[in-house]
Amino acid sequence: MLRMANVTKIFNRGTVNEKTALSDVTLTVSDGDFVTMIGGNGAGKSTLLNCVAGVFLPEEGGIHIDQADVTKLGEHRRAKYLGRVFQDPMMGTAADMTIEENLALALRRGKPRTLRWGVTERERARYKALLKRLGLGLEARLTTKAGLLSGGQRQALTLLMATLERPKLLLLDEHTAALDPKTAEKVLAISDEFIREGSLTTLMVTHNMRNALQYGNRLLMMHEGRVLIDVQGEEKRRLTVEDLLSLFERASGETLASDRALLS
Amino acid sequence: MGQILLGAVALGLLWSIMTIGVYITYRILDIADLTVEGSITLGAAVSTAMIHAGQSPFLASAAALLCGLGAGFVSGLLHTKLRIPALLSGILTMIALWSVNLRVMGSANISILRLPTIFTPIQALGASKYAAWVCVGGLLAIAIVSILYWFFGTELGSAVRATGNNPTMVRAQGIHTDNMILLGLMISNALVALSGSLIAQSQAFADIQMGTGSIVIGLASLIVGEVLFGRRNFYLRLLSLIFGAITYRIIIATVMELGMNPNDLKLFTAVTVALALSMPHFRDYLQTLRKSLTGGLSKC
Ligand SMILES: Nc1ncnc2c1ncn2[C@@H]1O[C@H](COP(=O)(O)OP(=O)(O)OP(=O)(O)O)[C@@H](O)[C@H]1O
Ligand SMILES: [Mg+2]
Repeated sequence: MLRMANVTKIFNRGTVNEKTALSDVTLTVSDGDFVTMIGGNGAGKSTLLNCVAGVFLPEEGGIHIDQADVTKLGEHRRAKYLGRVFQDPMMGTAADMTIEENLALALRRGKPRTLRWGVTERERARYKALLKRLGLGLEARLTTKAGLLSGGQRQALTLLMATLERPKLLLLDEHTAALDPKTAEKVLAISDEFIREGSLTTLMVTHNMRNALQYGNRLLMMHEGRVLIDVQGEEKRRLTVEDLLSLFERASGETLASDRALLS
Repeated sequence: MGQILLGAVALGLLWSIMTIGVYITYRILDIADLTVEGSITLGAAVSTAMIHAGQSPFLASAAALLCGLGAGFVSGLLHTKLRIPALLSGILTMIALWSVNLRVMGSANISILRLPTIFTPIQALGASKYAAWVCVGGLLAIAIVSILYWFFGTELGSAVRATGNNPTMVRAQGIHTDNMILLGLMISNALVALSGSLIAQSQAFADIQMGTGSIVIGLASLIVGEVLFGRRNFYLRLLSLIFGAITYRIIIATVMELGMNPNDLKLFTAVTVALALSMPHFRDYLQTLRKSLTGGLSKC
């Protein structure tokens, strides 16, 4: 489903601030994989997701989604393949537009925008049914502005928007990091439900090791722009936080003690 | 007095079309677009030059609209394709238009006194000058508000609105934000140029200076409209722009009647707009001040 071959991303090339955020990353994600991704601050997780999404174009390497070579496609031209939820709850919705308008924008992801009505009556019924499933009472608030929702409600709405039109690949970049622990658990559970139900191929970045172990069928750990650890299937199921730490120490020759990743 | 009031309402209606243009960039796209200062004169220049050359005033007004569309396109290209900050690309286009407008008019001003204008057919029916302005201006303003209300409810219009709101999200939905900004700037400047054309025809006169400060007049009308007539739903918001433009003209007519020196008018408008724009900030400041005061008291 996703193939990244020797992808290198260098920021501020040729200046004193030059930073290699991704270094020769090769990664294949199969259809239906739910990949969790951890790594310290600045490890390159967001950069990897952003390279897949086309926010940044890599200096080297190629990226394929499904059979399509998207390496040089701009962000808006590969959006049709992708569902995205961001870390910042503000990022995923248009605050001054209503819940139904936001959903309608997402329903037409990757399609040309015409002079037909932005929201139709038929869609509304579907939005209501889907919002009801979130269990947040949003089904009665279709015409409420998204800006009036709480962070958790916004993330749940963004998740719904990302999956409304089935994406080939779902990209979640610490989408619960800005939420309080209880809300974060709830949004994670909803995400997991959506992903299982639609058998969505997913890349989910998290700072929480336990979540990374609990969810998904494959786990990646990044460090200094590389994928350091890659475990899946039965091996992943049996993995513990302690295993992960010792794996990391062996692979990198460093300890994780000072890292935020431990504080889960 | 009645005549002065009617005159203010009439002039307000002609300027309301410009105010709607400013609203599209300033509120919907979240861009302060200074192109308008050039495109309002462009609309005036093109239509008066054409009427002067014997063309139909209707054709001249339509040409003004199209030229404004072009001015917005140029500004949009500078901003989206060449990545020049919006404020600066507006200023660049505005400056460039100064020369273009001089070329179009052939001199610093054109008079079309006694030549037919878009208002002539209505005056021929026996209406007074101001009544004719009110008819044409009102009809056009209502038509434009209705068309925009429809447009911003379509898929394309929603995409333009969302772009001003959250471009990241819009790109994630597969929409090219550059094109949406371009489209918004074009519609805005087309309306501003049409407004300039109507204003010039109403005074039978176009002047190279007439755009100077027009952005501030547009903003003043917009804010007056929002403050007085609320922003409950989108249709009312658009209508409030018309009422805002009229109210602004009535305010100006009133202060002039009270004896204000016309030379002080721009200062008056600028101060009013500055005050109105700083209102939210001022309100926040008062609130924190009050909180810290009561907080300090309760500690004692
Ligand atoms: N737009 C940018 N310009 C310059 N440098 C950047 C940019 N984005 C990221 N970087 C740098 O690239 C490196 C990787 O950043 P990235 O955001 O991918 O890390 P991350 O793994 O997502 O970290 P975090 O857990 O803090 O989100 C960091 O050193 C960061 O400073
Ligand atoms: Mg990150």
